Amino acid sequence: MINWANFISQCFNGLVLGALLALISSGLTIIYGTLGVLNLAHGAMFMLGGYAGWLTYSYTDSFIAAVLAGAIFVMIVGVLVERVIIRHFYHRSHEDQLLVTFGLGIVFVETVRFFFGSLSKTVPPPAPLIGITPLGFMFYPTYRLALLGIVTVALLALYVVLYRTRIGMIVRAGIEDSVMVDSLGIDVYKVFMLVFGIGAMAAGFAGIVNAPVVSIAPDVGEGILVQTFVVVVIGGVGSFPGAILGGLIAGEIISITSMFNPGYSYVMLFVAMTLVLVLRPYGLLGTAGRE
Amino acid sequence: MSRKDQALGRVSRRTLLRAGAGLAGGAVLPSALTVPAFAVGISDKPTIGTWPAGSEGDSVNIGAAVPRTGTYAVQGEDELKGWQLAVEHINSGDPLLQKIAPKVSKGLLGKKVNLLAADSAAKPNQAVQEIQTFINQNKVVLMTGSTSSAVAVALNKFAQREKVLYVTGISGSNDTTGKDCVRYGFRQNFYGETAANAIGPVLVKQFGKNRKAAFMTPDYTYGHTVTKSVNDYLTKNAGWTMVTNQISPLGTQDFSQYLTNIANSGAEFLVNVNWGRDAVLSIQQAKQFGILPKMTLVVPYQIPFLAKETGPELTAGVYAATDFWWTLEDRYPLAKMFVEAFDKKYGYKPEWGANNAYMSFAIWARMVSEADSFYPPDVIKQYEKGEKFDSTVGEVSFRKEDHQLVRPVIIVKGKAPKDMKNKEDFWEVLDVVPGAPLMQKPDAFGCNLGDYT
Repeated sequence: MINWANFISQCFNGLVLGALLALISSGLTIIYGTLGVLNLAHGAMFMLGGYAGWLTYSYTDSFIAAVLAGAIFVMIVGVLVERVIIRHFYHRSHEDQLLVTFGLGIVFVETVRFFFGSLSKTVPPPAPLIGITPLGFMFYPTYRLALLGIVTVALLALYVVLYRTRIGMIVRAGIEDSVMVDSLGIDVYKVFMLVFGIGAMAAGFAGIVNAPVVSIAPDVGEGILVQTFVVVVIGGVGSFPGAILGGLIAGEIISITSMFNPGYSYVMLFVAMTLVLVLRPYGLLGTAGRE
Repeated sequence: MSRKDQALGRVSRRTLLRAGAGLAGGAVLPSALTVPAFAVGISDKPTIGTWPAGSEGDSVNIGAAVPRTGTYAVQGEDELKGWQLAVEHINSGDPLLQKIAPKVSKGLLGKKVNLLAADSAAKPNQAVQEIQTFINQNKVVLMTGSTSSAVAVALNKFAQREKVLYVTGISGSNDTTGKDCVRYGFRQNFYGETAANAIGPVLVKQFGKNRKAAFMTPDYTYGHTVTKSVNDYLTKNAGWTMVTNQISPLGTQDFSQYLTNIANSGAEFLVNVNWGRDAVLSIQQAKQFGILPKMTLVVPYQIPFLAKETGPELTAGVYAATDFWWTLEDRYPLAKMFVEAFDKKYGYKPEWGANNAYMSFAIWARMVSEADSFYPPDVIKQYEKGEKFDSTVGEVSFRKEDHQLVRPVIIVKGKAPKDMKNKEDFWEVLDVVPGAPLMQKPDAFGCNLGDYT
């Protein structure tokens, strides 16, 4: 289906896809940038956000309550996980960190499966956002349009926290050099906890706002984890703007390639990642020497 | 979990080998001598696969690699229940099982049957490794598993190599008993081609000629062969055109880019070959994009739990071919017995995956008991006799050339919510089409079964 109408449609679809990837990836990238821990449980946290929201929705019938619950619950999980487990791994090898977060991911997924089963669950979008909006070049689900707005607002909020507050300044300083931050008398471990919480919250928030689009199942985070990892590599490890740029690029690559042949969407995504790794090993907006 | 298991499995095997080599003689030698001696003593048949070791005790093991996680988890659980019920019925000599396998009475050839199951996540390599473990450690006399034809094809090859019998679980690909058929593998459910030949005339009759269809295809053997079969039928017999074919990987969550292409394709029909959760998600999202109900949905090969998960509003009026639907209990006495037994044990009406699983074990029990032997070539030859016997969909028989069951195809149509008599009354059985006339010649897809020993 190679024609202009479809090209515009796919570009737009890529934008929506990319925005969501950007949000999830920003969580992954600030955690990795600050703590130096690649959180392989990030996909599972995305899933937890969806389930916490779904559970809340089934009791309250309120989408807003569901979103709040999804985000806050996963933030709490993030903080607890950091306090109880991750902080013991800061001085251990990367392999150990990967194993422990990978294991945590499995525990989360299987716990959810144990309690809620493998059948997928749906969270309907709020009533005013149900339906289809004609965009001229195509019909688009209203909720997906709204999602673009919701994600943009969330990313702006993250931006404000990271770039316009004192705590954000400390976090960014931690990404550049956590030893220096520590020696300036700031309790870097408190910052680590906070960053892990915020990063997890981004995943949880994305999990619940994405739930009306794809419906949720215990392994919904598996595929997302791989994609966000690619986004972080493209954008540059530890770079918040990089995650956004990487997310949008990934979304467009997936969408536009699928216009020619969907089978190559993910191949092209990895081709792009490889190109970035060869030409600019620290990512498009990354800085050389970051962990 | 699986990776760790595999790693552990490898280590332990290696350790075992090393230990075995270290012992050199001693304990190893006598046992190496006694096994063939025993086999010769009981008959003149040489040891093969897990025979006779697997059936020497007072029980025999069956190994199942079934998806309990991932895209096909829901269908896998249903399948597993079907196998469990069949094993229970074999061990108790249940009347239903005896209708299919009259010589079975409390166990098989006097032995209790155990079912061992492991999660394959619908991944071929994982399934093969699990069955390998079952063969090594439990000397399984039969293996099963799939809900993905990619797994079925892999286990087919593996069964032939290991010389252990394999009955497929859910597998609709033309390759399973076509180009990838094996002497040691048997399939109860029908070819994708057979489904296409059964559903094709219904679609042409309902929707007419020269229509435009968009296909959605999962990217593996099942998807590609079923799409080809359905498209070939519709193009050759009714001049339909495939305006686009959207191929997505197994386990896709977001179908927006595929649906965008379909929305811009000018198609009138959406032929969705996706399966399991992929089908549920793609259908739900097609509705979000306004593609449904603008286009008419066609599901060539019915998917267990589809209507339950998408809601009957989306499957209302949808035509599909299926192996089994529980209201067949009104037509076949054995179907009634099966549905009742299953519902009593599990609290819901069985879907076709469970029925397929039950039947594949019941038929195996029949073949073993008729052959009066667990010796694989004897059991295979029993299957290949092609005898007719009763099943939950009437009289059926195995085709000896490709080890495919000749059985009817059930054509169903989705009921609108207002027409449903109870909460599980999702489909109306329109027709039961005899299987034999629908089937291509056994060698049409290049089946070459291979050796008995």
